[in-house]
Amino acid sequence: MDLTELYQSVILENNRRPRNFRKLPAANRIAAGNNPICGDEITVYVQIEDGRIADISFEGAGCAISQASASVMTQRLKGRSVAEAEALFARFKDIVTQGIPDDEDLDLSAFAGVHQFPARIKCATLGWHAALNAIHGEAATVTTE
Amino acid sequence: MKSPAHAPDWAALRADFPILDQTVHGRPLVYLDNGATTQKPRAVIAALSRYYERDNANVHRAIHELSYRATTAYEAARTRVARFINAPSAEEIIFTRGTTESLNLVAYVFTPRLHRGDAILLTEMEHHSNLVPWQLLAQRTGAQLLFVPVTGDEGLLDLSRLDDLLGRNVKLFAFTHVSNTLGTINPVAELCARARRHGAISVVDAAQSAGHLPLDVQTLGCDFLAFSGHKMAGPTGIGVLYGRHALLESLDPFQGGGEMISSVQFEQSAWNKVPHKFEAGTPDIAGAVGLHAAMDYLDGVGRAAIASHDEELARDACERLREIPGIRLLGPPGARGALVSFALPGIHAHDVVTFADQEGVALRGGHHCTQPLLRKLGVPATTRASFYLYNTPAEVGRLAEVILQAAKFFGARD
Repeated sequence: MDLTELYQSVILENNRRPRNFRKLPAANRIAAGNNPICGDEITVYVQIEDGRIADISFEGAGCAISQASASVMTQRLKGRSVAEAEALFARFKDIVTQGIPDDEDLDLSAFAGVHQFPARIKCATLGWHAALNAIHGEAATVTTE
Repeated sequence: MKSPAHAPDWAALRADFPILDQTVHGRPLVYLDNGATTQKPRAVIAALSRYYERDNANVHRAIHELSYRATTAYEAARTRVARFINAPSAEEIIFTRGTTESLNLVAYVFTPRLHRGDAILLTEMEHHSNLVPWQLLAQRTGAQLLFVPVTGDEGLLDLSRLDDLLGRNVKLFAFTHVSNTLGTINPVAELCARARRHGAISVVDAAQSAGHLPLDVQTLGCDFLAFSGHKMAGPTGIGVLYGRHALLESLDPFQGGGEMISSVQFEQSAWNKVPHKFEAGTPDIAGAVGLHAAMDYLDGVGRAAIASHDEELARDACERLREIPGIRLLGPPGARGALVSFALPGIHAHDVVTFADQEGVALRGGHHCTQPLLRKLGVPATTRASFYLYNTPAEVGRLAEVILQAAKFFGARD
């Protein structure tokens, strides 16, 4: 396959210039995630207000897939309710594990190529796992192993 | 161990490795993950087939002809290993599953000898397999772990405080011969001599050196030396632990079972003599036979010749990669083992490896099972190219080309 199917421009661009890449002083939920195989590490900061994600950010180091995925995720989750966040993650999992694009969300669909690289699915979902853990108030470090 | 009078015909040797003749993702395979495992020459594959097709039986037990052949082949492999590392006696050669099991064996059998107040000295460049078994031993005994520091990116051991460290009740000093992450070649003979002066037992992890350099345990002066067959053109599943005879005699067994006993009663047993005392159960007989063929093959080429061939490729790779803007090369500027490890600014090793793989170039990316070392150096992961006798200067050129393309493809983070 062509490498640009995996590394679509959305991914390369979000990796070079990750959005919401910072600490969040107002965060009331924080969770860390790591992928021991790659050494990917991520911390997600979430500010929950009245059951909605008022703000969300992340920090970390890792491969382009994990960094870009977390960057896109923060843009998608901001302003969503907890239930909406869960539904979005379920959709994203379908995209990266089955390669089914979501016509309504081209940025998330940019990760469809990941399904052809099974070892990289963990990279794509690392930030999401950490974010959902933070939202649910589970403080422990998540690991995609 | 003598190198042949004339230089080996490297191109002809490459043809001995059938796996190399293939395309991956439509490109000719460039296999540069030899630090993880090496490919096998036809001679080794044939030895395995021949053993299973003609001689397979269990060893040391039955009286029939095939068992006799299998036992003879297994013990001949042991004798060959002794010659390969110039051990005084084949009784000092224990077959294991690999370096990891060899090191775990030593760590286990030393349990009764270590106590609170004792120390185990390691270095900061150890592979997890030469770290975790000692952590477990320390937990079992209350002994303390001490570390010889590594001097930054050039990756040399800081030996200025070695005598001070060894003086702190160190019972065991375990260290790698060649670092799998940095390529550093440690001064094994000197380290063993200094350990001995302080009454410490020396344990050498030779996983990255056994198939690459001439090894002589008597010159090195080590008490134990561990290596794996699969990193030296042999099969997976077979490894070696060399141990000084007097030490092996004095130690209790590792695992219990068949082979390792001389007589068994319901309540107790008497141990077999060394090395069988340390080999419980049916061993990897075919693996030993394959390893025998690998050692014959390597010495046919000449390990000194392999060492200079590999080092030339590694040096060439360093020079070419150094031209890539911003690249961070790890490891010593001078002599190095058969590998080069590097980081590109803002580009993760796994992306580099995925990119290279699509070009047919097999590399390793990650922490190389030396997480504490990379954490100390402040790199989350590196990309590693590791070489062997069948690699060519053209492949090094291909590596440099692909890494440059990867750097452009991903671009640095703003």
